[in-house]
Amino acid sequence: MTNLFPNIDWADLVVATGETLYMTLAALLGTLILGVILGLLIYLSQPGGLWENKWVHLVTAAFVNIFRAVPFIILIFLILPITIFLFGTFRGPTAALPALILGSAPFYGRLVEIALKEVDGGVIEAAKAMGAKTRTIIFKVLLRESLPALVSGLTVTAIALIGYTAVAGAIGAGGLGDYAYYYGFTRRDMDIVYICTILIVVIVFIFQAIGDAVTRKIDKR
Amino acid sequence: MIVIDQLSKIFKTASSELVAVDQLSLSIEKGEIFGVIGYSGAGKSTFIRLINRLEEPTSGRVEIEGELITGLSKNALRVKRQNIGMIFQHFNLLWSRTVSENIAFPLEIAGVSKEEIEKRVQELVDLVGLSGKETSYPSQLSGGQKQRVGIARALANRPKVLLCDEATSALDPETTDSILALLVDINKQLGLTIILITHEMHVIQKICHNVAVMEAGRIVEQGSVLDVFSHPKKNVTKKFVEQVMGKPDDEVAEDSFIATVAEGHVLKLQFIKENTNQALISEVAKKFKVDVNILQGNIKRTQEGAYGSLYVQMVGEEVTVQEAIQYIEQTSVEVEVITHD
Ligand SMILES: Nc1ncnc2c1ncn2[C@@H]1O[C@H](COP(=O)(O)OP(=O)(O)OP(=O)(O)O)[C@@H](O)[C@H]1O
Ligand SMILES: [Mg+2]
Repeated sequence: MTNLFPNIDWADLVVATGETLYMTLAALLGTLILGVILGLLIYLSQPGGLWENKWVHLVTAAFVNIFRAVPFIILIFLILPITIFLFGTFRGPTAALPALILGSAPFYGRLVEIALKEVDGGVIEAAKAMGAKTRTIIFKVLLRESLPALVSGLTVTAIALIGYTAVAGAIGAGGLGDYAYYYGFTRRDMDIVYICTILIVVIVFIFQAIGDAVTRKIDKR
Repeated sequence: MIVIDQLSKIFKTASSELVAVDQLSLSIEKGEIFGVIGYSGAGKSTFIRLINRLEEPTSGRVEIEGELITGLSKNALRVKRQNIGMIFQHFNLLWSRTVSENIAFPLEIAGVSKEEIEKRVQELVDLVGLSGKETSYPSQLSGGQKQRVGIARALANRPKVLLCDEATSALDPETTDSILALLVDINKQLGLTIILITHEMHVIQKICHNVAVMEAGRIVEQGSVLDVFSHPKKNVTKKFVEQVMGKPDDEVAEDSFIATVAEGHVLKLQFIKENTNQALISEVAKKFKVDVNILQGNIKRTQEGAYGSLYVQMVGEEVTVQEAIQYIEQTSVEVEVITHD
């Protein structure tokens, strides 16, 4: 191993992998919460929706569209003041979280909206005819019936997030991207770049496999 | 009793207005199966959805057992709906839930306790004949089984009224019959008032007591199923009756009997509300010294008895035949002598 990858500090690599996983999972949790809220708001406030509201619809849809339009690397710079205000620094995995969440939640929010739109209108109507409260319809019908799509959407988002963590690495967020860039690329130690690539691909595959397995298990259609 | 008074629904689009239900008035007795039939676009679905206000009426009143549905607040309406069952053409089951869990859903909504739900779900599963399927998912069921789940779910909170929008239109004829039989069964067992929407006259014929024919948002004809079948007035109604009884080609048929029947009399027996037609023919043959041959017949069973006509050839002594005809006339069957030799 040492011959194949002469420049690698294995302890550093473990730390970098841990940071990537931490950033991905923590940002994924934030993305899940924010994305579901955004998706629900857009869906519920749409014309003819359960909470039809032109202004809420306009504002949430605009928020999602704007943040999806801004390239991630620019988004990092844009919210730098907020990050520094919150954490006192913009370096390190935790400081990268706001940018990661803001970068991926609007994307996931759209996927949530699409998943909710796929829920059969007849089923919602049946719930209304049974006298269900809107809250019951949201939690027991909308979110429950669209769960497989929500999970597969989350899988896609998680993989995009892993990519974002590597981009965030370029400005010192830590993780495998950071390691590959500063220790590998800038020193022309290409073996470090290769091993980081392999690890990222492996992480992506693992996320995909878990996502697929969970989706398959809960999809009763 | 359900009273519908001057009920209207106007859909407004950007450029035009569409009157889907037009000042419709109707009253439906407690415990009856009331059918509404009409062609596509007549406004049937809109009408039935107005009853539980899935569609808000533009004007008019809906009253169920003295309670003014159209006067209820949003919240009171929501609670009231827990006691109005509804079943749908496409079943509208939650596919993420098992049969039991689907049936439990309205009970959860009504805040019934866990133990109570478990007991009630089992009762309902048995009632609709789905024992053994409790843990199946809707995707593992046939259309007929799905509709049984839909019916069980609609009955969960012991409603007094059941609304059915094209409940059998997605099913094959045999499955349709079994679902209709189930509806008649629960109507009798539970004394449930059933309002049923359909575009198929045989559904009306088989299970309804009264029927209203709908066209362009209005009711154009209404009455007991037998009355409407035996004396359809409007053209739409006649067409619907033809769906079941066939075209009235009687004139042609009568001519051909006259040509082919060599001896005896040809009689046309008209059955309305008759419950004993099968016994009648054999009874006559036994009681009187006559031969009775059935030439042609078209008799449909309705909830109030049989309806239709039967052509028979009767051969025997003139006196005996006259006696037999008198005997038949004492029942509710009308006799028309078409030819005699
Ligand atoms: N939400 C709506 N907005 C606008 N027009 C509507 C709406 N719902 C129904 N309509 C119109 O109202 C009329 C009656 O529709 P409805 O669905 O009640 O007919 P139907 O008798 O149930 O027909 P079908 O047998 O095809 O189900 C139709 O012309 C339809 O286009
Ligand atoms: Mg319809």
